[in-house]
Amino acid sequence: MTTLLYTTCLGLFCMLAEVLNLRKLLVPALIIGLSAIFVVNMQQWGITTPASIGPVSVSHMIKMDNFAIAFSGLAIIISMLIFVLSANYYKDEQNHISDYLSIMVFVLCGALVMFSYNNMAMLFLGIEILSISLYIMAGSRRFDTRSNESGMKYFLMGAFASGFLLFGIALIYGASGTFELEGIAKYVAAGSVTPMFYLGVTLLLFAMLFKVSAVPFHFWSPDVYEGAPALITAFMSTLVKIAAFAALYRLFSHCLGGTMYYVEPLLIIVTGATIMVGNVTALSQINVKRILAYSGIAHAGYMLLGVLSSQTNAASSVLFYAAAYAIATIGLFALAIMTFKSNFSENVDAFNGLAKKNPVAAALISVFMLSLAGIPPFAGFLGKYYIFSEAIRNGYVTLTLFAVINSIIAVYYYLKVIIAMYSQPANDKPLIIHPSYMVVAIICAAATIGLTVAPDMFMQILK
Amino acid sequence: MTLLLLLLPLVAALAVLLSGNKMASRVALLFTVAEFGLTVYAYTIFKQQGPEAFVFFHDWISSPKISINLGVDGLSFVMIGLTNFLLPLIVLSGFNREYSNAKTYFSLMLLMQFALIGVFMAYDGLLYYIFWELALLPIYFIALGWGGKNRVPVTLKFFIYTLAGSLLMLFGFIMLYYYNPNASFNITDLYNNPICSCNQGWLFWMFFLAFAIKIPIVPFHTWQADTYSEAPTQGTMLLSGIMLKMGTYSLIRWLLPILPAGVAEWGPLAITLSVIGIVYASIIAIMQSDLKKLFAYSSVAHVGLIAAGIFALNMEGLQGSVVQMIAHGVNVVGLFFCADIIINRTKTANISSLGGIRNVAPRFNTLFMIVVIASVALPLTNGFIGEFLLVYGVFKYNTWLAVFAGLTIILGAVYMLRMFQNTMLGNTNEQTQQFADLNWSETLVLGIIAFTIVVMGVYPKPIFELVQPSLDIILNKALAK
Repeated sequence: MTTLLYTTCLGLFCMLAEVLNLRKLLVPALIIGLSAIFVVNMQQWGITTPASIGPVSVSHMIKMDNFAIAFSGLAIIISMLIFVLSANYYKDEQNHISDYLSIMVFVLCGALVMFSYNNMAMLFLGIEILSISLYIMAGSRRFDTRSNESGMKYFLMGAFASGFLLFGIALIYGASGTFELEGIAKYVAAGSVTPMFYLGVTLLLFAMLFKVSAVPFHFWSPDVYEGAPALITAFMSTLVKIAAFAALYRLFSHCLGGTMYYVEPLLIIVTGATIMVGNVTALSQINVKRILAYSGIAHAGYMLLGVLSSQTNAASSVLFYAAAYAIATIGLFALAIMTFKSNFSENVDAFNGLAKKNPVAAALISVFMLSLAGIPPFAGFLGKYYIFSEAIRNGYVTLTLFAVINSIIAVYYYLKVIIAMYSQPANDKPLIIHPSYMVVAIICAAATIGLTVAPDMFMQILK
Repeated sequence: MTLLLLLLPLVAALAVLLSGNKMASRVALLFTVAEFGLTVYAYTIFKQQGPEAFVFFHDWISSPKISINLGVDGLSFVMIGLTNFLLPLIVLSGFNREYSNAKTYFSLMLLMQFALIGVFMAYDGLLYYIFWELALLPIYFIALGWGGKNRVPVTLKFFIYTLAGSLLMLFGFIMLYYYNPNASFNITDLYNNPICSCNQGWLFWMFFLAFAIKIPIVPFHTWQADTYSEAPTQGTMLLSGIMLKMGTYSLIRWLLPILPAGVAEWGPLAITLSVIGIVYASIIAIMQSDLKKLFAYSSVAHVGLIAAGIFALNMEGLQGSVVQMIAHGVNVVGLFFCADIIINRTKTANISSLGGIRNVAPRFNTLFMIVVIASVALPLTNGFIGEFLLVYGVFKYNTWLAVFAGLTIILGAVYMLRMFQNTMLGNTNEQTQQFADLNWSETLVLGIIAFTIVVMGVYPKPIFELVQPSLDIILNKALAK
C-alpha cells in the first residue's frame, strides 16, 4: 500500500515541479524517488499485515502479497530505465516535460494497482488509471497525425474493452454477490455456479485478452505502437504489457482458478493463435516498431502459456519471462530511438551498416535481438525454457511443441535487423548516441546476461 | 584443470578483442598454442589419474535442476584434443590475409572454441544444450560478416535450419527431464533411468533431427554446401572440421545410451538414410566443378559413413567413427586450406579452368597430394583406418548396406583424384602461371597436417586406448533395451 501511496505522491510532485520551476531537477528527482520507493517496496517482503491507510484497513481492496511486491519491483525498475531515457528524449519539449513525466508516473500507479488488487473494483480502477494515462501519452505528439491516430484508436478500442470488463464484473457480482477475489473464489469452490457467472468470466477474459493484445483482440497494437512516440511505445510494450499480464495471472491464481476447466479450451486456442499470428505477421513487416509490436503479440502468447499453468505456481516463470522480455525491449528501444532519429526512418534499413558506424551499439542490439529470439546464453532463452517446462508439467505438450516450432519462425525477423547491421553498406548519416541511452543499453545487456548466470536469485522470489 | 581448459579460450577471445586489429592474429595464435599445450599437459594427467581428475560440479539453477556438471572421459578428450589441435592451425591459416576488423574475426573464432569445448565437456543435458546453441552464434557472425557475395540468404538458411533442429532437441530434453524420476539433466541419471519404450520412438526424432541437421545426414543437408562455399575459409574449417563433429559426437554421447529402444526402432532407417547420403553426395561431388562445393559434398559423404558406423551399433563401427571423426577433421581442414590457397591465388574456384600448378608450386603439390590421398583412404594414412573399421562395422550389421557404404571409397577416389589431376597436373595455363609456392605459414599449416596424417595412419593406438572405456559403457547402454 505504501508503494502505491508514495508513487502517487511522486506523480503529484511532478505536476507541481512545473509550478515551482524545477524542470531541470525533475528527472534526477524522479530517479531518486523511485529508487527510494523500490527500497520501501522491497521492505514489505514477507510481511503479511493487511494493507491500511492509517487506521482504515483497505485489505479487502488491496493485498500486497509477495506476488504484488515482486512485480511492483520489476515495474519500478522498468520505469526508472524509461525515465533515464526521457531526459534526453523530451529535451526539446521542456514546456511539457513535467506533464509527460507525471502522466507516466500515473501509468506506473495504475500498474501497481493491477499487481496488488484484491477486489474487482480495484482491478477496474487500476486498468483505467493505466489506460487513460496511456491514451494521452499515445497521442501526445499533437501535430503528428499518426500520433493522433494512435491515441484515438487506442482510446476507442480501449473504451470498448473497458465496457466488456465492467459488464463482466457486473455479471460476476450479480452471480456471486461480491467484488472480493476471495469471496468469488469461495463462490466458485461451492460448486453451484450459474450460467450468468460464466458469461461474466468470459467477458472479463475478453477484456483482459484485449489488454494483453492476444489474438483475435490484437489489431490495435501494431497501429498504436507505430504511431505513438517511440519512448511511449517502449513503455507500452514493457510496463503496460507486464501489468496486464500480472493482472490476468493474478485473476486466475487468486480467484478464478476453479473455472479453469471452463476457460481452458478457449485459452488454448487463443494462446496458439496469438503465438502463430504474432510471429507470422511479423515476418513481412519492414517497420521496426511494427515488428516489435507483432513480436510483442507473440511474446504475449508465450506468457499466456504461463497463465495456463497458473494452477501450479508458475508465477516465478512468468516473472522471469516478463523481466527478460522487458529488459531486452527497453535496451533495444534505447538504441533504436537514436537510430530512428539519425536516419529519420523507423524501417529496418535505418539499421543498415550500423556495425561499421558503431560496433558497440550493433553488438548490444544483437544481444537484445537474440535474447528476444530465445537463444542461449541470453535471458530470453531461460525465460522460454521456464515457461515451456511449466507448460509441459501441466500437460500442454502439444501446445508447447507448437510454441517451439513457432519460435523458429521468430528467428527470421529478429535476424533481419542483425543482417541489416552486419551485412548492408552503411549510409552516410552519422549516428550519435547520447551517453544516457548507451548507459541504459549497457545496463540492460548486463542484466540480460546476468539473469542467465544467476537465475536462481530471481526464480526463488515467488516459490 | 577442467575449468582452465574450458575458460582459457573465453579469456583469449576477450584478449584478442582488446588487442587491436594489427596484433589480433598473433595474440590469437599465442593463446591457441597455449591452449594446445595445456591439452597436452592434461593428457599426461589423464593418463595417470583417469577421468576422475577432471570432474567439476557446481550447482547452478535449483528448479528445474540444472547444474554446471563438467567432465572429460576418453571420448570427450579425443574431441577436445581435435578442437585444440585444429584451432592454432585455423588461426595460422588466416595469417598474411587481410580481414576487415580482424580483432572481432579472431575473437569470434576463439569464442567458437570455447563453445565447442563446452559441448564436449558438458555432462548436464541443458548445459550441453546451451553450449550447443552458443556454438552457432560465432560461426553465424563469422559467415555473415566475412562471407562471400551470397552470404545473407545462405547464412539465414543455415541459422534457421540448425536452430529448428536444436529447438526440437530442447523440447526433447525437457521431456526427458519429466520422464526422469530423479528430475535432473545429469547424464548419469539419464543413462540409468530407462524411459518407457513407448515414448522413445518420437523422442528419438527430437534428438536425431537436431543431430542429423548438424552432421548433416541426407536429406537434411541442403544448408551445407552453400554455407561452406559462402563462409570465409576459417569459418568453413571450423564448420567442417569441428562443428559437424558435434553432431556425430552427440549421437554417440547422448542419443545411443539414453534412447536405446528408440535407436533400435528407428536405427535401421537412420543407417539407410546415411548410406543413401553417402552414395548421393558422392555422385554430386563427381559432378561438381566448384572446388569448395566438391569438398563440401565429399564431406557429406564422409560423415554419412561415420553416422552409418555409429548406427551399426557394434564396437568396430563406434571405434571407426571416432577415429574417422578425428581423421576427417584434420583432413578436411587441410582440403579447405588448399582450396583457399588455390582460390586466393588464381581467383577462381572452377576446377576446369585450373591445371598445371604442380609445375610452378612443387611444395604445395606434395602436401596437397598427401591430404588428397588421406581423404581417399589409402593405407598408411589416417583416413584408411577409420573408413576400414566403419565399413567393417556396417558389414557386420548388413552386407548390402556395407557394399553401398564401401562405394564411398571408390567414388571418393574418382572425384578426388580427378580433381587433383585437373588442378595440379597437366599444362600450366594463364590462370596458374603466376602461382606462387607456399609461404612459411602455409607450409607450416599444411606440413603439420601432412605429418599428423601419416603419424595417425601408422600409429593410431593412443586414440583407441583413450576411447575404449567410454565406448564400452556407451555400447552396453545402447544394446540394453
